[in-house]
Amino acid sequence: MNAAVEIVGVQKVFNAGKSNRVDALIDVNLTVETGSFVSLIGPSGCGKSTLLRLVADLTQPTQGSISVNGKPAKQARLDQDYGMAFQQAGLFDWRKVHRNIELPLELRGWDRSRRRARSQEMLELVKLPEFADHYPWELSGGMQQRVAIARALAVDPALLLMDEPFGALDEMTREHMQGELSRICAATGKTVVFVTHSIPEAVYLSNRVVVMSPRPGRITNVIDVELGSRVEDIRESTEFFKKITEVREALRGIEADDGPRRGIEDR
Amino acid sequence: MRMSIVRRLAPPFLWGALVLLAWERFVIWRKIKPFVLPAPSRIWQQLKLNRSGILDTAKATATNAVVGLVIGVVLGVVVALIAQRFVMVRGLISPVSAALNTMPIVALGPIFYNLFGSTSDVPRRFVVALVVFFPVFVNMLKGLTQVEPVHEELMRSYAAPGGSVLRLVRLPNSLPFLLTGVRIAASLSVIAAVVVEYFGGLQNGLGSRVSSAMKLSATAKAWAYIAAACAMGLLFYVAALALERAVMPWQAKRRAADN
Repeated sequence: MNAAVEIVGVQKVFNAGKSNRVDALIDVNLTVETGSFVSLIGPSGCGKSTLLRLVADLTQPTQGSISVNGKPAKQARLDQDYGMAFQQAGLFDWRKVHRNIELPLELRGWDRSRRRARSQEMLELVKLPEFADHYPWELSGGMQQRVAIARALAVDPALLLMDEPFGALDEMTREHMQGELSRICAATGKTVVFVTHSIPEAVYLSNRVVVMSPRPGRITNVIDVELGSRVEDIRESTEFFKKITEVREALRGIEADDGPRRGIEDR
Repeated sequence: MRMSIVRRLAPPFLWGALVLLAWERFVIWRKIKPFVLPAPSRIWQQLKLNRSGILDTAKATATNAVVGLVIGVVLGVVVALIAQRFVMVRGLISPVSAALNTMPIVALGPIFYNLFGSTSDVPRRFVVALVVFFPVFVNMLKGLTQVEPVHEELMRSYAAPGGSVLRLVRLPNSLPFLLTGVRIAASLSVIAAVVVEYFGGLQNGLGSRVSSAMKLSATAKAWAYIAAACAMGLLFYVAALALERAVMPWQAKRRAADN
């Protein structure tokens, strides 16, 4: 398998040379294989979001290199090789749901009928086909987040970058959305890099869980998860709990040298 | 829907009627001289008596207000677009406009009469445009620059060029801000158009009739013209409100759902 994302010796410093200098990331090496689902987990401020933003070329590394689909991150962004979903749905108030999904297609110069067909297809994928002509405010938070995911998937990117997309959702919606995402990824064979601070979420969704430590942010453990096809029953299985314990213990290892854990959900 | 409009309009109308009634009784009870404070019934008489004169002068004033309003809005939008695009221009214009905004622009009327000639409507329209410019410019610039960070990042992830970001994000984002500015500006334009007439120039507008009636101690007549100016201000405001609803269907629908 070749690598969808290759991160080599990456360091990121904010406010270099000033008194409020922050070493966000040091010596990060990570390879994300094509077709795999990789979660980045760690306490608040461990730089997991920064790492994702580096891959997306929304910010640049101080040192090291990042390649996406075998080319520099910037080129991958310019070629729109990835789709991205943020913690906030970030839908545009003034666009109806289907036109929100069509925005990236519009920028690529697709014609109207092709766009419309595509957005309808995406809405069916996220199980909201009857909401095409609604405005975003008419949808619940969970539904808006699904529209945002549909928008990220609309251009059919091989790589999906997700920054705590379910962070603002309640537990019920969240588990439902995890199931949906898992189903969509299995159906489309996407590569996903997923930032979260929930241990069960990371274990449920991923092939690999990357555990990070804060200040300076670095990767401490990489845990492989082989749970097979994600059906709801998995949440009750012994293997699932075993993996949760393994990730939790990896995170405890961090605690030893950096005080109590912050921002990690055990639920 | 119809029911809710009636319910919404009833309280202010009831209040207005009560105030007018109290005013009428007060004037009769205290035996106040008509040239000090005329009773509403007397003002109503004057309104009927001067109907054609009021309509003609209202037309002249309204034309000044509309022309000034349109020029001011266009200018405000264009300058805001330039200021958004060039940070240096923003740094230059924003403090200057803030300083100018604290100035009573209408009071510059006499100076403009001197500059442009007191026998034309140009100085009045100029004053209106200037008064209108600031709320439109300030609001529009806010709308263009206060884009949600997540929207900015999203457009960046799409590698969208600046022109697309302007067209797809900044402009629609600024629409509610712009229309708020226009709503404020609509009322201001009428006030400015009327008040600037107090300082002389042509005798063809509502404001000039108010001041000449007052000079003749025809207080009730002055009040009649003032009432017409109030009605015009209200009309402008309602028109701006209607525009707001027409231009932003996504908000109009939301408002309807909230009611």
